[in-house]
Amino acid sequence: MSREPEKRGRAVIVDDEALARQVLREFLGSHPEIEVVAECANGFEAVKSVTELKPDLLFLDIQMPKLDGFEVLELIDHDMAIVFVTAFDNYAIKAFEVHAVDYLLKPYGADRFEAALGRAKLRMGDKSSGGAAPREFSGALRPPPHADLAAAARPPAQYIQRVPVRDGARVFIIPVDKLDYAEAQDDYVSLCAEGKKHLKQQTISSLEAALDPSRFMRIHRSFVVNLERVARVEPYAKDSHVAVLSNGTQLPVSRAGYARLREFLDR
Amino acid sequence: MHPILGNLRRLGLYLLAWFPIGGLIAYVLATSGGISTGEALALAIPLALLFGFMCLSAWYSCRGTPLDHSSLTRLAATHLLAAGLMSGCWIFFVKALAHELSGLQIYPGLDGRVSKDYPLLFGIAVLLYLLTVALHYVLLTLQEAQEAEARVLQAGILAREAELKALKAQVNPHFLFNSLNSISALTSSDAVKAREMCILLGDFLRRTLGLGEKSAIPLAEEMSLIRAFLAVEKIRFGPRIQMEENVEKEATDVQIPPLLLQPLVENAVGHGIANLVEGGWIRLDARCQNGTLSIVVENSYDPDAPPRRRNGVGLVNVRQRLATRYGNLATFDVTHDAGRFRVALTLPAEREAQKS
Repeated sequence: MSREPEKRGRAVIVDDEALARQVLREFLGSHPEIEVVAECANGFEAVKSVTELKPDLLFLDIQMPKLDGFEVLELIDHDMAIVFVTAFDNYAIKAFEVHAVDYLLKPYGADRFEAALGRAKLRMGDKSSGGAAPREFSGALRPPPHADLAAAARPPAQYIQRVPVRDGARVFIIPVDKLDYAEAQDDYVSLCAEGKKHLKQQTISSLEAALDPSRFMRIHRSFVVNLERVARVEPYAKDSHVAVLSNGTQLPVSRAGYARLREFLDR
Repeated sequence: MHPILGNLRRLGLYLLAWFPIGGLIAYVLATSGGISTGEALALAIPLALLFGFMCLSAWYSCRGTPLDHSSLTRLAATHLLAAGLMSGCWIFFVKALAHELSGLQIYPGLDGRVSKDYPLLFGIAVLLYLLTVALHYVLLTLQEAQEAEARVLQAGILAREAELKALKAQVNPHFLFNSLNSISALTSSDAVKAREMCILLGDFLRRTLGLGEKSAIPLAEEMSLIRAFLAVEKIRFGPRIQMEENVEKEATDVQIPPLLLQPLVENAVGHGIANLVEGGWIRLDARCQNGTLSIVVENSYDPDAPPRRRNGVGLVNVRQRLATRYGNLATFDVTHDAGRFRVALTLPAEREAQKS
């Protein structure tokens, strides 16, 4: 059937409708080289399965309970071939921005499915054989985290209402109004909400871009603060300031950050 | 704005009407004695035209005291006061003109001879002013009727447009795509069920298409449409959907705009149950009391559900349709708390017989 020796692959299917999962399983039935290792009916299960099983291929619905497809990707740092499967055509651009290999529109037939699987195998082959990296990643040392891609794919003027974070296989949702501040820590951001800190693999700049600028402000190279939490700004040493939050936390304020903050507070 | 001042032709006609009135005043003056016909005409005609002008001000006092919403005492006080003031002013002008005509030696001693007629002239002026008040009220009513007609026409056009827009937006294409995908899954695993779903889907679509032409349907018909919709969704979501209906018997024949409730139930499925792993419930209550139909659509939902990237057009549409159709007579209220989403609406209970 195929010209090259087939790569074996492990797949995870994520869809909240049993019948939709059934279609995928049926079509995959004629591909013994692909093994379905898990079926998930919601976003939490999807994150858990992908983190634990590290599949090569993910079939992902977008609108689901708990976490939507894009939020699932934000929480996964494992690199794999992603095929979106949805009835909504308006996420296609966004899907390719997060490096999906294909976008299947329900209902789809066997031909369309085979094409998607073919593309997915190419991506899987590239990864496992260590050959030429996919075009998107060439030149870069390594791909940017999924959270950054997902944030970049967000339509303009539409800001996030919540930040999903993962601790092991457990997922937490932080609504943005519970978020006090975020601090950059190497490749991660530490999100401080209700006295707890959560680490997430994302750059602070991409988090800043996803947050509503009228509610959150970058006050320092490493800090984004929830403006509602800022109680006052005090001089610290010569030429430097600290922002004091309503819970007493003190955050450093850079000179540019101070100018921005002053402008906001004087308004 | 002023129906006479604002239109030159009407102003001309109106002032023309004051010429015979001037003639009448001259006749009264001449017959009361001491004044020649020539003198009376010279005095009365210009002053009648002047008074005609002055009486146009009645428009503003008429608009200020609308006939339907003002008490009789207020009406009488306003217009009698205005009549007194206007007539007083006019008598002043009568005096001034008579004085001028005497002073210029055209009709010597006219002012002396006419002075005995001032009370009579004042009385005539008051009567004439009140007549123009009546005229202005007639004009006002005509104008209001015209405006009301235009408003009704405008409202009709708006309602129709809203209705069309709403109906076009009704059948959510994603509902179709997802249903077709379910059918595609069933064709290989359960052909009987696949056929059943095709039939249910066809039934639902045919009903929605037929409803587009009607302006109102009985609640019972809308309910059976909702059942057809849920029958399709139940195949998709399996046991995750629990529907509870409590429709009072008296409410079933109340006429409602077609597809008013279906979008609310679709919302409850799409934004409520679709986000609940264990499934959820929808409850629809309809009661009819004192000529008002009250409907409540409630459903469980996950407050921590991922934000839907498609905004709830359904709710906005229903609210708009109620507003354009019933105005203040309908209410629409959305509340949500701890896992329960509730849409409550009330509308006048119209039945087939009372339908206009």
